[in-house]
Amino acid sequence: MKPHIPETRLDEIREQAALGRLDADGIRPPGSPFPEAISYYGLPLVKAPVWTWEVPLYFFVGGAAGASSVLAFTAQLTGASPSLVRDARWIAAIGAAVSGPLLVLDLGRPERFLNMLRVFKPQSPMSVGAWTLTLFGAATAVAVAGETVRLPRVGDTAAFLAALSGLAMATYTGVLIGATVIPVWAKHARSLPIHFGASALASAAALLNLCGHDEPALNALGLAAAAFETYMSIEIEAGNDIESEPLRQGPTGTTIRIGGFFSGPLPLVLRLLGIRSKRARRAAAASSLLGSLITRIAWIEAGKASADFSRPD
Amino acid sequence: MAVTGFLTDSTLCIGCKACEVACKEWNDVPDDGFVWSGLSYDNTLALGHSTYRHVKFVEREPKAGCGGNAKEQITWEFSSDVCKHCENAGCLEACPTGSIVRTEFGSVFVQPDICNGCGYCVVACPFGVVDRRPDDGRAFKCTFCYDRQKAGAEPACAKACPTGSILFGKLDDLERAADRRITQLHANGMTDATIWNPKETSVGGTHAFFLVRGDPRAYNLPLKPQVPAALLRQSWSAAAVAAGAMVALSLVSFALGNRNMTGVEGSRRRGTR
Repeated sequence: MKPHIPETRLDEIREQAALGRLDADGIRPPGSPFPEAISYYGLPLVKAPVWTWEVPLYFFVGGAAGASSVLAFTAQLTGASPSLVRDARWIAAIGAAVSGPLLVLDLGRPERFLNMLRVFKPQSPMSVGAWTLTLFGAATAVAVAGETVRLPRVGDTAAFLAALSGLAMATYTGVLIGATVIPVWAKHARSLPIHFGASALASAAALLNLCGHDEPALNALGLAAAAFETYMSIEIEAGNDIESEPLRQGPTGTTIRIGGFFSGPLPLVLRLLGIRSKRARRAAAASSLLGSLITRIAWIEAGKASADFSRPD
Repeated sequence: MAVTGFLTDSTLCIGCKACEVACKEWNDVPDDGFVWSGLSYDNTLALGHSTYRHVKFVEREPKAGCGGNAKEQITWEFSSDVCKHCENAGCLEACPTGSIVRTEFGSVFVQPDICNGCGYCVVACPFGVVDRRPDDGRAFKCTFCYDRQKAGAEPACAKACPTGSILFGKLDDLERAADRRITQLHANGMTDATIWNPKETSVGGTHAFFLVRGDPRAYNLPLKPQVPAALLRQSWSAAAVAAGAMVALSLVSFALGNRNMTGVEGSRRRGTR
């Protein structure tokens, strides 16, 4: 005999299923229509981000540059080799110089980019970011100039400011997309700044590796970042919330996984081998850089997919 | 200046789309594409960069279910959607240029001569209203006919509405009018009529609010909208934790690394100055 499920209970299950949180284990009456979220013809609630390729590339470049300026400062403070400090400062300065044009290119009205500096709004992560990049660009440029023209005190002061703003550069992009209405980003508002920060740190260490630096500290930092990125991948995979579906399904899910593999498990193993092997360190560096770039692209694309699937609740 | 608002009463709307047309004409809004959607009489589908008023056609059929049809009756509702002009407006908070401002009428206005098209307001609107116009590059949305209000006139959509479904007036007056109307409707037996105005959420209420029948979500009106600003504290805290961890990790790594360094493993390729 078939169990009798009253219509009211079915309504309840439909409601729950619409929100992606079915508490009824095994209750999916055969032949019943799959319940849909209550919405206006299933049309998206929020608009998809209009950002194009410049933005994820900026997240990658700006993040690596920011973390690089932090490494330049901390390395100098602890008396690391001057060539490492110099290269880290250069990476930061070049990254900052590339970041500005990338952001200007993404604007709908690039000729009005200076309007970004019309006001300072702490409540707008975009405004905070624009001012941070301005300070960072100036500080990193003075830091390398101070070293080149042998004005160490000027250079070192600028390097300190570059490191401060660099910390923001490496992490604020997580806040920028986290504090939005895009469901998948908002859901990860708390983890994105750390995720992007770890990704930035891995990139900076990787770039210094590829410049020929083999300090064990760089390998250790790469190892720590890869460990966090591995944890992040596991957390994404283990989640079952409906907001994070774009991170697990479809083309965006695949991209997140590829990015996660090249930022997490692969460099983690290579960094462990890299304690002894220089070749493994180089491979880890290349993998981390690639992973970091793919990860940023994947998060922006996941945001677009997430907006398209957004429904009122 | 008094704070003004819109009360859109879907029980009076006849779906004529005069508001859409009047808005387009007055505000010189470009073509938003001509596509047959197949979704009732709605070929506009959503608010956007070139749609500031949008009439929704909500068809509700009895749902086929297990054990017979569900209890709903067939209904056909129309409701003219518009920018909500939120009390706590996500777009206004997010705008990095100060282009989006609150006017003396309490409405949220995008100054077209300031906007540089960064697109951040697009991902800050919990209702999917504001959008960037691709060929123009700037963000556009309902202006609440700021120019007309300046001149003491009512917005074009409210002026054109033939049934009084779109009411324009002082916000306080409209809220009282909505309460009177809902009491009247309930007394007449239309018990599923409700007012949608998310005052209890982080949006803090809207200046354009709606009277609809049934579940507001069927009109893409969320019951629990959230402004992005509500996430700022936790997100910046996480950024601070990340920044602290980055400094601590690199200091420790370099300090320990340098102590163990004998110079053999060091930078071999480049000489030190």
